[in-house]
Amino acid sequence: MGEVIVITSGKGGVGKTTTTANVGAGLAKLDKKVILIDTDIGLRNLDVVLGLENRIVYNLVDVIEGNCRIKQALIKDKRYPSLYLLPSAQTRDKTSVSPEQMKKLADELRGEFDYILLDCPAGIEQGFQNAIAGADRALVITTPEVSAVRDADRIIGLLEASEMKQTQLIVNRIRPDMVKRGDMMTSNDVVEILAIDLIGVVPDDENIVISTNQGEPIVGSDAMAGRAYMNICHRLLGEDVPYLDLTIKKGFFSKLFGKN
Amino acid sequence: MAIFDILKRRSSSTVAKDRLKLVLVSDRAGCSPEIMEQIKNDIIEVISKYVEMDTEGLDIRITQTESEGDNGTVPALIANIPIKDMKMKQHGK
Repeated sequence: MGEVIVITSGKGGVGKTTTTANVGAGLAKLDKKVILIDTDIGLRNLDVVLGLENRIVYNLVDVIEGNCRIKQALIKDKRYPSLYLLPSAQTRDKTSVSPEQMKKLADELRGEFDYILLDCPAGIEQGFQNAIAGADRALVITTPEVSAVRDADRIIGLLEASEMKQTQLIVNRIRPDMVKRGDMMTSNDVVEILAIDLIGVVPDDENIVISTNQGEPIVGSDAMAGRAYMNICHRLLGEDVPYLDLTIKKGFFSKLFGKN
Repeated sequence: MAIFDILKRRSSSTVAKDRLKLVLVSDRAGCSPEIMEQIKNDIIEVISKYVEMDTEGLDIRITQTESEGDNGTVPALIANIPIKDMKMKQHGK
């Protein structure tokens, strides 16, 4: 039976969609059968991050309303043979779907897929309630900023209240240079404040912008962010993977001869 | 003086952490501004029976403090109540 994982954050723009795309592609690289569902109805995004925007015929609302069969709406990613996308509807709104309908859909997909990843909309309204309804596990994304961490804390409280079985944290966009100066909270600071388990730390990496521009996931590449996402995938599979060393190497010689 | 300012400056990440800890304590307590206002008014009512206080200067907030037991930090309601006239009012009428 497949596992249903919701990727959520509260605050917008902290990297939910990028994380969904890269964790999904990474799990597919590890030979898992994966479906990504964009639950942000009205603000469709996951398709462009994955570079699949030209292949959409049917969408999530079509499936829920029975205008098509699930199989017809799924887009198969040609680069990763076991990766599928169910895109969101662009011309509808969040009230087109209910939490019960989302739960039923996720449960139907469990038999077919190893992992069902739900890209959650920002906010704590109906879109959020829809996305978390059928999930077994939640990944909460935050950046090391006061506003994002505060919203993450609120989301964690709501997930606890709705009896989410497992909630884990991804700290995104760490800038080692700023951490070293004392001008950015470390991932440990954020974990200490939010008091939940960490599953990933992703550095701020300009390669993410480049990969999103191109519609190509970065996971598995040699870029720091690509390695960080792959590590998250291994941890989701239950492997114990050490965290990347994001500290800045001191001194001129270590810069010249350091591995990174 | 400038050099002292630089030495005194806390790193902005420490400032962020401290601010977050405070804001989350009141967020998690789920205490709305209306309830805080009610608590404040009730405190004024009770304390005014005994001493004359500066109601404008009264400040109450939810924050956190080290517990005296071994429970780490716990939420605490802190009230700062400036007293105008220390002379105790006659209790009763």
